[in-house]
Amino acid sequence: MNITRGFTGRPRVDDPGLPPGQYDAGDEWPVLSAEVTPDLAPADWTFRIDGLVADPRTWDWEQAHALPASAYEGAIHCVTSWSKFGVRFGGVSLDAFLDVVRPRGSATHVVAYAHTGYTTSLPLSDVTGGRAWIAWEYDGRPLPAEHGGPARLLVPHLYFWKSAKWIAGLRLLDHDEPGFWEGNGYHPRGNPWEEQRYSGD
Amino acid sequence: MPGRIGVSARTASVWRTATLTEIRRETPRVSTFRFAVPDWPGHVPGQHLVLRLVAEDGYAAQRHYSIASAPDDSGHVELTLDHVEDGEVSGWFHTVARPGDRIEVRGPLSGFFAWPGDRPALLVGAGSGVVPLMSMLRHHRARGLTVPLRLLVSVRRPGELIYAREFGAETTPVFTRSAPEGVAVGRMTAAHVAPIMAERPSGGWEAYVCGSNSFAEHASRLLVAAGQPVERIRIERFG
Repeated sequence: MNITRGFTGRPRVDDPGLPPGQYDAGDEWPVLSAEVTPDLAPADWTFRIDGLVADPRTWDWEQAHALPASAYEGAIHCVTSWSKFGVRFGGVSLDAFLDVVRPRGSATHVVAYAHTGYTTSLPLSDVTGGRAWIAWEYDGRPLPAEHGGPARLLVPHLYFWKSAKWIAGLRLLDHDEPGFWEGNGYHPRGNPWEEQRYSGD
Repeated sequence: MPGRIGVSARTASVWRTATLTEIRRETPRVSTFRFAVPDWPGHVPGQHLVLRLVAEDGYAAQRHYSIASAPDDSGHVELTLDHVEDGEVSGWFHTVARPGDRIEVRGPLSGFFAWPGDRPALLVGAGSGVVPLMSMLRHHRARGLTVPLRLLVSVRRPGELIYAREFGAETTPVFTRSAPEGVAVGRMTAAHVAPIMAERPSGGWEAYVCGSNSFAEHASRLLVAAGQPVERIRIERFG
């Protein structure tokens, strides 16, 4: 890295919760979707898991809500450099859905896809073990449409483009199939603690 | 929804040195910064780059910025930046930077918001959201393209209209707070979109919307209501 003449940057904060290259966005929650925000009612929302699973299955809003409730409280990190702390999401752990469809041993990756057509790819190990949710509440209220409501994928330990808004389903694969941003030069995994922003990081 | 072009993963990963060669004032709070990047791999209008400023203690700040210049600008790229209140990066550009300064850039990135100059382009921007759209307009002119291109650009007042001198008949400015004599004041409405949609170019419009989130929501709703297919609306929001 070459020093930029005269650049000092914002005051340094010693915040162990802040990944490298990120700043605390405070109360702001920027919206960065590339698609038109869909007009999607809960009654029209469905979530499907198929691909390398024993029992492919589609849940509607009521069926998904019948699964055990699970919450996430913590930080989220966007690749454009902001992080947001103390966010509270409510929904269902993705493990609860996966337990029903029973992934095959050959499954290594998932493609998450949205009702709008957006896609993102993740290693299966990043969406299991209590680290991923289907979230429909934010701060105790219904998740706003511009933030992915009625329901979005939530994978808070990775950059937030992995947390697909308006989630429609997961397809389990035995290989990595790049999604929307991964096919646009972004990193296949997107771990903020290793600053995996772009391909090659 | 597929991207318009493929993006090389290798291109995205390399940091290159960019030397500031010129600063041009556009409006009281907006300037254009021109850089020489001798090994710039080239971009398509609408793409963005990532730049990095590094402090002496190793602290680095990265930001995504849309590219303002057309592709045919051998070894140069231009960025047009707002002076953001308390912005550590835009603040450096607007108060410290001078020709000869060197920074680091990587990219170009994203094929989604790219416009290669093939399809009829309906461009809708607000404030500095006009920047990537200007790259498209400049490309259209530089190449003498005949495919239709229309630009709707919303600003608060005439003095805040970036690139005002460069616009021609393809552009309709919309003024939300104050306007020149004889021009209406108010938000962008269906009446701005309707005549463009009525042109019905062969193959239909590919729409590109850039601005704040609230503007992008408003503009994309206007387009959908006017009959533009949602899968042919590409949005870039600030944040």
